[in-house]
Amino acid sequence: MEFFLVNLIDGLVYGLLLFMLSAGLTLIFSMMGVLNFAHASFYMLGAYFAYEISTYMGFWMGLLLAPVIVGIAGAGVERYGLRRVHQYGHVPELIFTFGLAFLIEEFVKFIWGNNLVPYREPAILDFALFSIGNNNIAAYKVFMIFVSISIFLSLLYILTRTRVGMVIQAALSYPRTVENLGHNVPMVFMGVFGVGTALAGLAGVIAGPQLSTFPGMAILLGSIVFVTIVIGGLGSLWGALVASLLIGWMTTFAASSSFQFADILLALGLEKPVEMSESALRDLWTLTLPQIGPILPYMLMVFILVVRPYGLFGKRDS
Amino acid sequence: MRKSLKLGLGATLALTVSASSLFAENIKIAFIEPLSGFMASTGNSGLHQYEFAAEKLVNANGGVLDGDMIEIVAFDNKLSGKEALVQLQVAIDQGIRFIAQGNSSGIAHAILDAINKHNKRNPDDLVLFLNYSAVDPALTNDKCSFWHFRFDANADFKMDALTDVIAQNNDLSKVYVIGQDYSFGKAVAAGAVRDLAAKRPEIEIVGNELHPIGKVKDFTPYARKIIASNADAVITGNWGSDMVGLGKAVLESGFDGPIYTFYASADGITATFGEKGKGSLRVVSVDALNPNTSDRAAEYATAYKAKYPEGDLSQPRITNVVEMLAKAINEVGSATDIVAIANAFEGMEHDSIWGGKIVMRPEDHQAIQNMYILSHTDDDVAFDYDNSGYGLLVENTVEMAGADSTTTCEMKRP
Repeated sequence: MEFFLVNLIDGLVYGLLLFMLSAGLTLIFSMMGVLNFAHASFYMLGAYFAYEISTYMGFWMGLLLAPVIVGIAGAGVERYGLRRVHQYGHVPELIFTFGLAFLIEEFVKFIWGNNLVPYREPAILDFALFSIGNNNIAAYKVFMIFVSISIFLSLLYILTRTRVGMVIQAALSYPRTVENLGHNVPMVFMGVFGVGTALAGLAGVIAGPQLSTFPGMAILLGSIVFVTIVIGGLGSLWGALVASLLIGWMTTFAASSSFQFADILLALGLEKPVEMSESALRDLWTLTLPQIGPILPYMLMVFILVVRPYGLFGKRDS
Repeated sequence: MRKSLKLGLGATLALTVSASSLFAENIKIAFIEPLSGFMASTGNSGLHQYEFAAEKLVNANGGVLDGDMIEIVAFDNKLSGKEALVQLQVAIDQGIRFIAQGNSSGIAHAILDAINKHNKRNPDDLVLFLNYSAVDPALTNDKCSFWHFRFDANADFKMDALTDVIAQNNDLSKVYVIGQDYSFGKAVAAGAVRDLAAKRPEIEIVGNELHPIGKVKDFTPYARKIIASNADAVITGNWGSDMVGLGKAVLESGFDGPIYTFYASADGITATFGEKGKGSLRVVSVDALNPNTSDRAAEYATAYKAKYPEGDLSQPRITNVVEMLAKAINEVGSATDIVAIANAFEGMEHDSIWGGKIVMRPEDHQAIQNMYILSHTDDDVAFDYDNSGYGLLVENTVEMAGADSTTTCEMKRP
């Protein structure tokens, strides 16, 4: 029971982190139809910027400034890059963001080098807040949960309760009409792109100290974010939240389990072969659930695409 | 008429070229390592350490033989065995006879294989392989070669030394083994289980687990399992971000026992762990920078830091490679008689600048030397890593580790 509770918390932390990344991505996609391959790169930029700022002004200024800088950079990319490419259609847009991801990675390597950078939690959050059994729950993890949930609530509020949110939602479905009503739709696009990348940046700022800050961190999370928004339904904030938590818990429980596929084979009445290399099922006999944990989200994605192609919360494409 | 003129010109040209090369003859070591890509920092750091060792320990003292200088020539193998072989051929074509490589045992096998073939086909143009880092035991066992010398300990020696220390520590009764799901991670796991069972059978292996290499985003669930198993110690062969991710997650989850590792130092890892790793993190290695044993070592390390303020002496054993090569060449009196130089290496005893003695075992060309269990700390650390104030300090010493080990090597000598 204790173990279950601990995993529940760990999965929540990881899931909420995924949510911050996928929320921006899904908003950008639903509004502009752009699958932003460089999204995870902005996450990495957030971590590196925050590290750089934290060496001069401490963690908290990094938390405050880095997402803003990343957001401005993101808005700049939209204004001077994507908007020009947009007229040529979706494929050039895809290629543009794809190239941008490489560019950002090389930029990061050029400035900060190939090694890990020592980006750490602030000292006042670097303690065990409480423990369940022998397992300490770090204060920083609780802080991560707090930040992610407040981001979700404020996004939800802005999108559904404010004027800006109304315009965004309207621009989502009827951009021409909104434009004719006198709203600056390109401006809205730029704003959404900026906010989306800033969210990714913020995720990087708070995840950097936990998941280590190194040039491979974008690639590591890049693909799973796409899986999240496909499962949740492209363009749905709630979908992104549910899918993120689902993936968070799924990978956490899979990694912490000690389930072996040999148990299934034994239950089926098969006998464990003495000479493993001669058995046709040798891979299955030695396989454990933690080993295949990282591919579970991809299997879920395939399953969802088969039974509900528009995702858990997605609206059916007309 | 014209033809003879051309011939004459060619002859004079050839004469001048050979004459000039007679005067400034450098003894070249080809350094074939990843100098681009994600392992570039490791490769470049090794290159600096080689260049500095050659400059400071040999060239500054008048070089070898009659003033010949040792020169390090860098080749980028892009962390690929195929590319390494191309670069090896380029190096051989340039007349380089000494090859230094060590990052990745897979590449070491490829290079050794190619050198074996080359030396068989070209008995007048032999090449020697100075392996300073690749730890696969096979290189000095089944696959051993007269042309290969290993200056690092092999993986079995390291595990042997580590399990010696664990077996002597009566506080440890439950050990958790976790590693990356590939050949080295599996070798570490198999070695730990085998050696612990032999040395102290009552030690319980409470977990033996492999995780996908470079794919785990969050190591917390693994850490929780380690805590839940009530393990007293953790053994892992992880490196890079997998090492940091695992180590941090385990420590943050409340584990306070020792974490025995092979590659948890320098290249940003020491700085990232910082205070958190103190008291837990241990590294098994043949290299000991702290405590400082001699003025000579201190001067060397200080001078290195002065030249490369951002760099670290992450592989101090490189000095042994360079010094022992110079010694062998001087002993033979020639830098081209490779067979004689190889024979000079066999059984050579060398007092390392870092303290301790190194003996190159003739049977398998494996260096026998002291092995250390080092602890990650900021106390009494004169030479830190990553400019972090933290470094590695000798905690246990296994004298001449692996000296009594057996080898399956059947050396074919020329």
